[in-house]
Amino acid sequence: MSNWIPLWLHKLGSPPTFYRFAGTLQPWAMTLALLLGAIALYGGLVLAPADYQQGDAYRIIFIHVPSAEMSMFIYAVMGVAAFIALVWRIKLAEVVAMESAPIGAAFTFITLITGSLWGKPMWGTWWTWDARLTSELVLLFLYLGVIGLYHAFEDRRQGARAAAFLAIIGIINVPIVHFSVNWWNTLHQGSTINVFGQSKMSWDMLWPLLTMMLATKFYYAASLFRRVRTDLLALEGGKDWVRKIAEDEAKS
Amino acid sequence: MSTVQTFLAVSGDAAAFFRMGGYAIYVWPAYALFFIVLIADTIAPRLRRRRVLRELRARLSRQQARQDRAGGNSTPLSP
Repeated sequence: MSNWIPLWLHKLGSPPTFYRFAGTLQPWAMTLALLLGAIALYGGLVLAPADYQQGDAYRIIFIHVPSAEMSMFIYAVMGVAAFIALVWRIKLAEVVAMESAPIGAAFTFITLITGSLWGKPMWGTWWTWDARLTSELVLLFLYLGVIGLYHAFEDRRQGARAAAFLAIIGIINVPIVHFSVNWWNTLHQGSTINVFGQSKMSWDMLWPLLTMMLATKFYYAASLFRRVRTDLLALEGGKDWVRKIAEDEAKS
Repeated sequence: MSTVQTFLAVSGDAAAFFRMGGYAIYVWPAYALFFIVLIADTIAPRLRRRRVLRELRARLSRQQARQDRAGGNSTPLSP
């Protein structure tokens, strides 16, 4: 292990330490996700006015855009974790990468279906093979490929390495999804939120959207912690610290 | 305002809210899907955790039984 990695980070990478750490943070992340999610829903569905062009149909944006952003954000996290897993062979990085895939796939699926439900009344079609929609569908297939490859091997760590390769190669698709609305002529509207400039949305619509984006981040953290904890128990089944947990939970 | 009038006003608001300006059949299924998928994503690892620990306990008790038969003197077998 290279010595530039601080000691606390090194310790956090050990399964029993991370198991405890994630167990402490998980309920807080979930509470924040639910709280912020409820505020965002109230702001988006009740307080925000109807759009002058799209009426109330635009309200799908409050789940569609946060899910779409998460589908790319989670892929980036998975790609970085997969890279760390391949280069430094850290077991925890492998688990984080592999357990991010189902959550990312869930958000990608939500993005595609809610987009379809929004497209029908606004564009007159459920689906069109344009750049944004097609690249997002490719993202779903990449997630499913990573999940499938991971489970295709008898040896889980070997499967994780193969799937990590696919995850890293697939990163190329993330900027394609993001910039597709600029690079190609597409039916999909351009970006509403602009990090570095003026967003093209009034504040009473923007704040519920930003709040929901924050809520989905906390949701991802909570879901990832829960999944990683379970996976660590399965992977480290023979170790003493896991036996102790199994015995303690049988008593309670 | 009388109680009846308040009730009518509130229920009228609620009905308008659920109508979503005529887009209810698109907006509500979208929100329903969002919650169903995320609830499934929350439940799945919990069920898996329970299964993993149950299988581990079964393995440990089998090991224990084997050890007891061997006279409790042998080293534990690797799983």
